[in-house]
Amino acid sequence: MNLLTTTGLTRRYSGLVAVDHVDLDIPEGGIHAVIGPNGAGKTTLFNLVSGLVMPSEGKITFAGTDITHMPSHRRAALGLARTFQNIRIFGAMTVLENVLTGAHPRLHASLGAVIFRLPSFRAEEREAVARARAALELVGLADRADLPASGLAYGDQRRLEIARAMAPQPRLLLLDEPAAGMNPAETVALADLVRTIAKTGTTVLLVEHDMGFVMGLSDTVAVLNFGRRIFTGTPAGVRADPAVIEAYLGSRLAAKLQAQMEAQHGR
Amino acid sequence: MMIPDWLDDFIWTYQNLIHALGVNGLLALAMYVVLAVGQLSLGQAAFMGLGAYSSALMTLKLHLPFYLVLPASCVVPVTFALAIGVPTLRLSGVYLAIATIGLGEVLRAVYINVDLFGGALGLNGIPDIAETWMIYSLLALAIAALWLVGRSRIGRAMEAIREDSFAAAAMGVDVGRYQLGALVTSAVLAGVAGALSAHVSSFIGPNEYGFEPAVTILSYALLGGIGNPLAPVAGAWFLTLLPELLRDLPEIRLAVNGIIIVIVVLFLPRGLLGWRMKRRAA
Repeated sequence: MNLLTTTGLTRRYSGLVAVDHVDLDIPEGGIHAVIGPNGAGKTTLFNLVSGLVMPSEGKITFAGTDITHMPSHRRAALGLARTFQNIRIFGAMTVLENVLTGAHPRLHASLGAVIFRLPSFRAEEREAVARARAALELVGLADRADLPASGLAYGDQRRLEIARAMAPQPRLLLLDEPAAGMNPAETVALADLVRTIAKTGTTVLLVEHDMGFVMGLSDTVAVLNFGRRIFTGTPAGVRADPAVIEAYLGSRLAAKLQAQMEAQHGR
Repeated sequence: MMIPDWLDDFIWTYQNLIHALGVNGLLALAMYVVLAVGQLSLGQAAFMGLGAYSSALMTLKLHLPFYLVLPASCVVPVTFALAIGVPTLRLSGVYLAIATIGLGEVLRAVYINVDLFGGALGLNGIPDIAETWMIYSLLALAIAALWLVGRSRIGRAMEAIREDSFAAAAMGVDVGRYQLGALVTSAVLAGVAGALSAHVSSFIGPNEYGFEPAVTILSYALLGGIGNPLAPVAGAWFLTLLPELLRDLPEIRLAVNGIIIVIVVLFLPRGLLGWRMKRRAA
């Protein structure tokens, strides 16, 4: 059974179809990517899946549950976590408190247990802190746990977002352009981190427009262009697909490239 | 318990001020819980009025004992908080602020025009059966409870909502539930504050719970800060004591009052007690 399925998923804004009848099947396990040029509808697709935007049409199923109209916070409770393209950490909180907030779906202490500091609350809080520290360890921020999050460098803020999303040990992690704004060394380290996360059993679905980052990393790739899914398959298949090349480079450049490649092969 | 004579004299001389400090502290906390989830409400004075009028009527007409009146004084404010919060909290922005300003003005008109509430003269002869220790015990309890709640998943969720409600929702925080919960808590605190103040002053009138007190309560929290529950109380005490300290300078009292507030807002943007409490308990 697929972990995440979208069927005919559509989101219209006045005069614009941002996501146009997209069908996706993301199996449990592994690393999966949605790529496409800027404005292809990738972030809207993520917002639909995570519940920040409601679909105009279509259906979303997560782990066998229809989540099409479910509010965001209930999706998180089912094991759906995400990061944001434009970093959205809680800047005034410490690094560790950010990650603890991410663990919210796993914490259930009642108001009474909190006020009277019952043993159940204390045990839960201790365990949450331990898990949060483990998540910070995973992304390499353990030594900065008590700093204010707004003081972290850009790349570290991205890592913090990943740690915060991983804190509840989600079934599916959505990474929205995780490599955006990173230098090549940071990108390589990020790719290693994503592989480590996939090994912990969390399925990763990432959105990128940097094709290079995705190719060496992903088990499957879907390509969006103008809101439509124009390709789905393996990374190797993407490179050879004329529709994808055209989407990325424009039709004229693609034709030129095609001609060059043919000329090379001819020689 | 023996109270030394000098303290007894002091309390007797300043009892109005001592009561006002406690009641205003509770009102500042009522403001704080709403600001803590990133909402702006100007309904705390209205909630206070509902608590004051409903409790005064329970005492005067129903002759209920105060230990029943005090807890019951939050029933009416909470009802109004739910009636206003459920529709407006779905909308982002200033809708709650506008609706709560409206509530205050509508209630003022009702108090003036309905005989039950004593019209423009208000309600007189309320027995002064609230005690100073009740006010300060409740204030201490409220601060302690908000402190403990602040250092838990609930406090983290509240701060997350204030910083970025979309990100908070994606982290599994039920934003609407927390915001409604905060408004209801605010109504409880303000309602109880109203009941206490009505039962120490023997008189309440329709103009005590209008727009101006609403803004004053907001300025308690803005001046003190909202990083921890002691801060708004400090703001309330500062703004309650300041006019008393300037009593010898009647001509420039209002000007000095205003200048001090401007200075604090400019140079201490996080408030008098600007530090932020920790958000974890382990």
